[in-house]
Amino acid sequence: MNDIKVELIDVVKEFPIQRGETTRFRAVNNLNLDIYDGEFFALLGPSGCGKTTTLRLIAGFEQPSSGQILIDGKPMQGIPSFSRPVNTVFQDYALFPHMSVLQNVMFGLQMDKVPRKEAEGRAVEALEMVRLPNALNRKPKELSGGQQQRVALARAIVKRPKVLLLDEPLGALDLKLRREMQFELKSMQQELGITFIFVTHDQEEALTMANRIGVMHDGNLLQVGRPEEIYETPATRFVADFIGETNFIDGKLVSHTAHEGVVSIDDETTVTAMIGADQVANGQAVSVAVRPEKMTITAYSDTPPSTEHNIVHGQVAQVFYIGTDTRYAVRVGKSALVNVRVQNTAAHHTTFKERDTVTLSWERSVARILTH
Amino acid sequence: MAAGVTARDEQKTGGILLALPAVLWLGLFFLLPLLIVLVFSFLTRSQGGQVSLPFTLAQYERVFDTFWVVMQRSINIALLTTVICLIAGYPLAYFIVRRRSNFGKQFALFLVILPFWTNFLVRTYAWRVLLGREGLINSTLINNGIITEPLELLGTEFAVLLGLVYGFLPFMVLPIYASLSRFDFRFIEAAQDLGANDVKAFLRVMLPMTLPGVVAGCMLVFIPAIGTFVTSDLLGGTQGLMIGNLIYSQYNRSGNLPLGAALSVVMMGVVMIALLIYARFGEAKE
Ligand SMILES: Nc1ncnc2c1ncn2[C@@H]1O[C@H](COP(=O)(O)OP(=O)(O)OP(=O)(O)O)[C@@H](O)[C@H]1O
Ligand SMILES: [Mg+2]
Repeated sequence: MNDIKVELIDVVKEFPIQRGETTRFRAVNNLNLDIYDGEFFALLGPSGCGKTTTLRLIAGFEQPSSGQILIDGKPMQGIPSFSRPVNTVFQDYALFPHMSVLQNVMFGLQMDKVPRKEAEGRAVEALEMVRLPNALNRKPKELSGGQQQRVALARAIVKRPKVLLLDEPLGALDLKLRREMQFELKSMQQELGITFIFVTHDQEEALTMANRIGVMHDGNLLQVGRPEEIYETPATRFVADFIGETNFIDGKLVSHTAHEGVVSIDDETTVTAMIGADQVANGQAVSVAVRPEKMTITAYSDTPPSTEHNIVHGQVAQVFYIGTDTRYAVRVGKSALVNVRVQNTAAHHTTFKERDTVTLSWERSVARILTH
Repeated sequence: MAAGVTARDEQKTGGILLALPAVLWLGLFFLLPLLIVLVFSFLTRSQGGQVSLPFTLAQYERVFDTFWVVMQRSINIALLTTVICLIAGYPLAYFIVRRRSNFGKQFALFLVILPFWTNFLVRTYAWRVLLGREGLINSTLINNGIITEPLELLGTEFAVLLGLVYGFLPFMVLPIYASLSRFDFRFIEAAQDLGANDVKAFLRVMLPMTLPGVVAGCMLVFIPAIGTFVTSDLLGGTQGLMIGNLIYSQYNRSGNLPLGAALSVVMMGVVMIALLIYARFGEAKE
């Protein structure tokens, strides 16, 4: 189970100089990544961060400018895309418009010279698997978006690839269908045992579906980890900001040990938090990251709930009542607006108004010191 | 319901009125002459270039008998021209479509249609200058000692073929270019992803998806090529005589209108067959 299936070693991809630019554009920068056999790996990042480029490098549509890609331990350099043991579900499906659904799904098998009868049988089987058994002779344009998505999936899995690359395969679907397909994709992946490399810019999708997530930004792979690791212990400010919602309280690092650091927010307030960044130095400008749901809001008080708690004081700037929750935007120090989310249980409903002075508290262990 | 019917009736009459000028024009200058040609082809030649009764199939007998060689040569040359234009034109269109810069594309297209800026006759005469016994090609070869006696280039089927390919290549390139520029090259990647090598990706994906352009190009080359008479007249001599020259001389020199008409009808038959093929494959079935 823990064999490495796909390995990227120092992979760099630069594109030639475009008009109006002076240097070569680095779409992927020094990527090091191991993807394990049978895992569902999500590559997550904002638009233009290099996710598609990374997939294309693995599929063999692009060649790395430097570095190596191995699949099953075999270097892929010089191996054309049609000989690699990977198949792709393209972002816009790329179904052949002149072929029927069945012909589309059979295409890959015919390229492998699978006898016609067997190819047809396997294609039908794959279409049953994606729950589209009754559209064999229709043309792609006669199908709905969700059905096309299923055909694209069937076409890719029918060849039983070792690795399936999926480039935002659910991007074109509406929310309800998207949820449904997420569930189906996940169970299909478990059933087939194929390694999935799944590109998305939707953090929720990545969190719910993946065994592990790699977060990319500007061509760099910032962090790789299980969903809860990425969410609970983000390694950089970007990751914390991109995955879920996070408050950043800016300050200066006063002192630190291996795990904890003390940050001064203004002249009177210091907080203690876990060190999240790789390297920090005293005196450095840092941010303390705390998730809104991990904070507690109380009336002004100078005593923390326990010694394990930080407190800061602030003034309520805005109150949003959003049904299940109430959200407070609290001004802390001179500039930072901190969001706090409180569930509207029987015990608690909107009790603070704008301009009230309040105290925010949170446990040390849930706050992380991050650099930029 | 009633309102719908009225509206549709109005639409119908409106449509007819709008089409009337075109219908009259085509009826008067296309259908009527066509009918005359058809009737003439069954009549007998009489004194002074006139036609007269009785109806006869004699002209068709001559077409399929005496002149079938010429008909066949015309079909062969036209087919060969089409094939050569296709083999040369598809890669050329591909080359143009794959230019990165817009300027490169525009410039290459400009070069393709540049010959149209000069009259077709003048360009064909230019080939005479190049191919003649003392023409540029022969004199260059002799001056360089490659041959001692000038080659007989002019007045051959080869010369006609050369002239036709030269003249009609743009008509092949342009529709294929149009098809290819609408073709999304990511389909090639999809094919390769599924295990197709370049040849298979071309045959199974790119060619079928650009077939309308290919068939249109073939029609635009084959139809004028089979009816050509300027190129074959200037470059072909007697060896390169084509059906167009024959028809031309029946009407203008020998004054044998029924024979000319019969030749025309048979040629139109060949063109019709080509058009039927076009209707079958050319209409995009995407
Ligand atoms: N062939 C190319 N030539 C030049 N630049 C390219 C090329 N392909 C991609 N890029 C650039 O590389 C960067 C990364 O592109 P990529 O398509 O990998 O982004 P992405 O993460 O998939 O984004 P999205 O979520 O929008 O699909 C972009 O800035 C893009 O403009
Ligand atoms: Mg992309």
